[in-house]
Amino acid sequence: MNDLLAEFLRGFTATNEWTVIIPEIMLAILALGMLGAEMVLPKKSAQSLIPRLAMWGQALILVILVTAGCSYGGDVKSYFSGMIEQTDVTHMMRAFFLVCSILVCYLGQIYLSKQTLAKTEFYHLVIIIAAAMMLLVQSAHFVMLFVALETVTVAFYVLVAYCRNNSLSLEAGLKYLVLGALSSGILLFGIVLLYGVAGNPELAGSSHDSLAYGELAHFINLNADNLLVKVGALLVIAGVCFKIGAVPFQIWVPDVYQGAPTPVTAYLAVASKAAGFIVLLKLLTGPLAGLSEFLVPVLSVIAAVTILFGNITAVTQRNVKRLMGLSGIAHAGYLLVGVIAALTIDWAVYAVIFYLVTYLLASFAVFGVMAHLANSADANQELEHYQDLARRRPFLSGILACGLGSLAGIPPLGGFIGKLFLFVAAFQAGLYGLLAVSVIGVVISIYYYFGWIRECYFGAQLAETETVEPVPFLSADRLMLGALVVGTVAIGLVPAVLPIIP
Amino acid sequence: MEHDTNSLILLAAILVPLLSGVIALLGGRLNTSALRSISALGFGIPLIIGIYLFCHFDASLVGEYNFELRAPTGLESIGIYLHLGLNAISLPLFLLAGVVGLAAGLYAMNSKAERLNLYLALLLFMLGGLMGTFASVDVFFFYFFHEFALIPTFIMIGMWGGAGRRGAAIEMTIYLTVGALLSLLGLIALYVQSGVDSFSLLELRNYLHEKPLGETVQSNIFALLLFGFGILVSLFPFHSWAPKGYAVAPSGAAMLHAGVLKKFGLYGLLQIAYPLLPAGGEHWFSLIVWLALGNILFIGLVTIAQKDLKMMLGYSSVMHMGYAFLGLATFSVVGVGGALLMMVAHGLSVALLFMLATCIYHRSQTFDMSAMGGLATKAPVLAAFFVAGTMASIGLPGFGNFWGEFTIFAALAETQHTRWIVAPAAIGIIISAIYGLRAVANIFFGQPKEGFAAHLESDSVVDMKLSEKLPALVLIVALVITGLFPRLLSDNANSELTNLYPVQDTLPHHEAIALPSTTDGHKELTH
Repeated sequence: MNDLLAEFLRGFTATNEWTVIIPEIMLAILALGMLGAEMVLPKKSAQSLIPRLAMWGQALILVILVTAGCSYGGDVKSYFSGMIEQTDVTHMMRAFFLVCSILVCYLGQIYLSKQTLAKTEFYHLVIIIAAAMMLLVQSAHFVMLFVALETVTVAFYVLVAYCRNNSLSLEAGLKYLVLGALSSGILLFGIVLLYGVAGNPELAGSSHDSLAYGELAHFINLNADNLLVKVGALLVIAGVCFKIGAVPFQIWVPDVYQGAPTPVTAYLAVASKAAGFIVLLKLLTGPLAGLSEFLVPVLSVIAAVTILFGNITAVTQRNVKRLMGLSGIAHAGYLLVGVIAALTIDWAVYAVIFYLVTYLLASFAVFGVMAHLANSADANQELEHYQDLARRRPFLSGILACGLGSLAGIPPLGGFIGKLFLFVAAFQAGLYGLLAVSVIGVVISIYYYFGWIRECYFGAQLAETETVEPVPFLSADRLMLGALVVGTVAIGLVPAVLPIIP
Repeated sequence: MEHDTNSLILLAAILVPLLSGVIALLGGRLNTSALRSISALGFGIPLIIGIYLFCHFDASLVGEYNFELRAPTGLESIGIYLHLGLNAISLPLFLLAGVVGLAAGLYAMNSKAERLNLYLALLLFMLGGLMGTFASVDVFFFYFFHEFALIPTFIMIGMWGGAGRRGAAIEMTIYLTVGALLSLLGLIALYVQSGVDSFSLLELRNYLHEKPLGETVQSNIFALLLFGFGILVSLFPFHSWAPKGYAVAPSGAAMLHAGVLKKFGLYGLLQIAYPLLPAGGEHWFSLIVWLALGNILFIGLVTIAQKDLKMMLGYSSVMHMGYAFLGLATFSVVGVGGALLMMVAHGLSVALLFMLATCIYHRSQTFDMSAMGGLATKAPVLAAFFVAGTMASIGLPGFGNFWGEFTIFAALAETQHTRWIVAPAAIGIIISAIYGLRAVANIFFGQPKEGFAAHLESDSVVDMKLSEKLPALVLIVALVITGLFPRLLSDNANSELTNLYPVQDTLPHHEAIALPSTTDGHKELTH
C-alpha cells in the first residue's frame, strides 16, 4: 500500500509541478475554508474557532514547508516554464512570511477583541497576502511578479481601511489606495517599456519572451546604454521602492501606519517591506544586473536620504505608530545598503535576510505590546500613554524595552548582530560613505528609541487618573511575546541559532 | 586548542556574575538575605578567580595568551569566535575589574535602593561584561562585552540617578553610542583591510606584523579608533558626558563605570590600536598630545571651579585620563607601562572617591562642598579614607597612581621632542593638589558653615558603618599594594609591552629607551 502510494506520488511529481507550491495552495484553501466555516458554524463557536484555525492551520503549513524543504545548496530550480524559481533564499523567505502571517493573526485576535468589526475576513485577507507574498519572492517573470504583487496590494487596500468606523483608518485606506495604484502604474509602465524595447528586433539580443528574467537579463547586458532600458529600469525600481517605503516614495508611510489597524501596520512594516527587498534583490542581481553601474549611484543616494529622512523625522514624533513607521523607513535605508552590498558581495544577501529576521522579532515584540495597550481608538497611541509603564505593566515594558533595544541595535540583542553583518558586508563592498550615513542614522535613532524606553522606565510617576483599560492578559500572550524576546536575545548571544549565514 | 581547567575557570569569571544576575533578576520574591548571598557570590568569585589566575599566570608566554579558550558562536563566517585569554596587559585590568566589582557590590548590597534585586542584577551584568571585556582575545567580543556592560549603566542612571537623570542618561547614551560605533567601525575596518579572515587579536597581530598596512590606511583606521575610544575615555573635548553622567549616577554605577569600564578605551588603544597601527599613532601624535594637555590643564582648571563634590570627582577623573593618553603617545615601553599602571591605580582611587562621596552625602545631605565643613569631628574614619583617596588621586608616593604618573613623566623626559610636555603636565599635579586638598579642607575641616553646624550636631551623623568600611578597605588595600609592589604587575607587563612596542628604528625621533625604569623606582622606595 505504501509502495503504491509512493509510486503514485513520484509519478505525480514527475509530471506535475504543482507540488512545489503546495504550501501556497494550502494557504488559499485554508483562507477559503475559513469563509465557508463561518457560514456553516454557529456564530458563538465560529468566533473562537476561526482565529485558532487560522493560526494552527498556518503553523501546520509552516511545519510542512520547513520539513519538506530540501537543501537547494545555491542551485536555482525553475518551474512552470520559468515563471517560478526556487532557491534557498526563497525557501527562507517563504517561512519568514508564514511566521509573519501567524504573528499578524495573533495580533489581529487581540485587536479585534476590542473592536466591533467582522472577524473572519481579516484572517482570510492576511492569509491570502501571505500566500501571494510567498509567490512574489519566487517569481522569475514579470507577469508572475505583477500578479502576485497586485494580489498583495489589493488585499492590503482592504486591510488598511479595515476599521471602517474610524475616519483615520479610512483616510489611511484612501491614501494607500491612491498612492498604491500610482506605484503599480509606475511599475507596470516600467515593465512595459522594458518589454517593448527588448522586443525590438533591431537590437541585439531581442527576445519574444522578454518578460522572463533570464531573457531580459541577456538583453540588458547587451544594451545597457539604451535610454529606454534605463528609464524602464528606473520606473521598475521606483515601483518597488514604494513598497519598501524608500525616499522619495515614503510619503504615505506615516499616515497609513497610523491609521491602519495595529496588526496591519505590523504586517506592512515587516512582511510587505521584506517582500519588497527580496524582489529588489532579485531584480538587481537578475534582469537588471547589467545596469548596476547606472543603478548603484542612484540607489546609494536613495539609501542615504532614506536613512537620514526616516531617523530625523522620527525624532519629533509623539504618536508611536507614526514613530514606528518613520523609523521603519530608516531600517529600509539600512537594508538598502545591504542590498547594494549584495551586488558585489555574495553573502550579503544572507546578511539582509538575517537583518530582516531580527527586525521581524523585534518589531512584532513592539507591535505586540502596542496591540495590548491600545484601547479601541487604535490610531491614537501616544508616547504619553507609555509613561511609567514599568510600574503598571512590568512584563510588557520589559518586552518593549528589549524590542526597541534590538531595533536600535544594542548588544546583546539580535538587532545588533543584524547590523554587524550589514556593516561588515558594506565594508567589504567598500561603501564607506553609506556606512558613515548609517552610523549617523543609528545614533539619531538612539534618541527616539531610548526616549520611548525612558517614558516607560524613568518617567515621572503618573497620576492614577489616567485611564488604563485593563486587557485580559493570558499566559498564551506571555508565551508569545516572551518567545519573541527570547529569540531576540538568543540571536544576540549565540547567532548560530539562526542558521542563515552560510 | 586545549581547553584546560584554567580556561574554563576564566570563563566562569564571566558566567558566574551573569548567572547570579539572572537569578537576582528573576527571583523577584527572594528574601533579602538570599538575594544578598547570591549576589555576594557573583561579586566575589570574579576577584577570587582573578587572584587564582594571577598566581597561575605564565609570564614566559610573551606574545601569546594564557588560559585560552575558543568556541564558535555562529559568527565564524566573518572570522569571529568567542576567544578568551589573558596576557600580561589584560591581567591587571581583569584584576582591577574584580576588585572594583567586589567593592561596588559590597556597597550596593547594603544600599537602600528601591527594587534592590534589579539594581544588583544590573551591577552583576555589568561586572560580567567587564570581566569579559578584559578576558577577550577576539576584538569583536572585546567590543561586545563592553557594550554589554555599558547598557546597565544607562539603565541604572535612568532609574536610580539623582536630579537631572533623564537628561544625563540620554546624553550619555548618545555620546557613548557615537564612541562605541566609531570604534566598532574601526575594528571592522581593521578586519576588512588587514585581509586576514579573523577578528582574533592574535591573528591580526601576527598577520599585520608580517604585512603592515599602508600608512594612509593605518592613520585612517587609527583615527576611527582614536576618536571612538577617545569619546569613551572622555578625551578632551569629548568629555562633557562624563561629569554630568557621574554626578547623577548611583554610586555602584559610577564606581564601575569611572573605575573600570572607562578604561576600555585606553585598553583598546594600548592593546589594539597602537601595536597594530604604529604609523597611525605616529601620524596623530601631536593632536593626541594637545588633546591630552587639554584634558590635564583645561579640565584641571574647570575642576578647580567646581563646588559640587561629585561634579568635581567627575571632572578630576576626566583630567587624569590625560596622563594616560600622554603615556600612550610616547610609544615607549616605559610610557605605555606607566599608562597601564595609571589606569589600574586611577580606577581604584576614583571608585573609592565616588563611593566616599555617597557616604558623605548620606551624612551631609548635600554635595555642595561650600556648604559643609568640620565633618571630620563626627566621622574621623570617613575623613581618613577620603584623605587617603585624595592623596592617591593626586599621586603621592605609596599609592599606585604615583608610579603611573612618575613613569609617564620619565618616558616623556626620555626623548628630545617630548621633553617640553613634562612642564605643562607637571602643572596638572599642582592643579590636582589644589582641588583635592581644598575639597578635603572644605568638607572635613574648618568651621562648619551656617546651617550645616546644626545638622552636624544631630545624632543622624555617624561615622562609617562596617558595610561602608569594608568596600573602602578593599579598594585602599589594593591601592596600597599597587603602590608598594608595582612590580607585581609591571614586570610581566614589561616583557609583553617590549614585544608589542618594539623600538622603531625607522622613526627617527623615537630613540631607544632603556627598559624597566618602573622597577628602578620601586627599588628606591623599598630601600
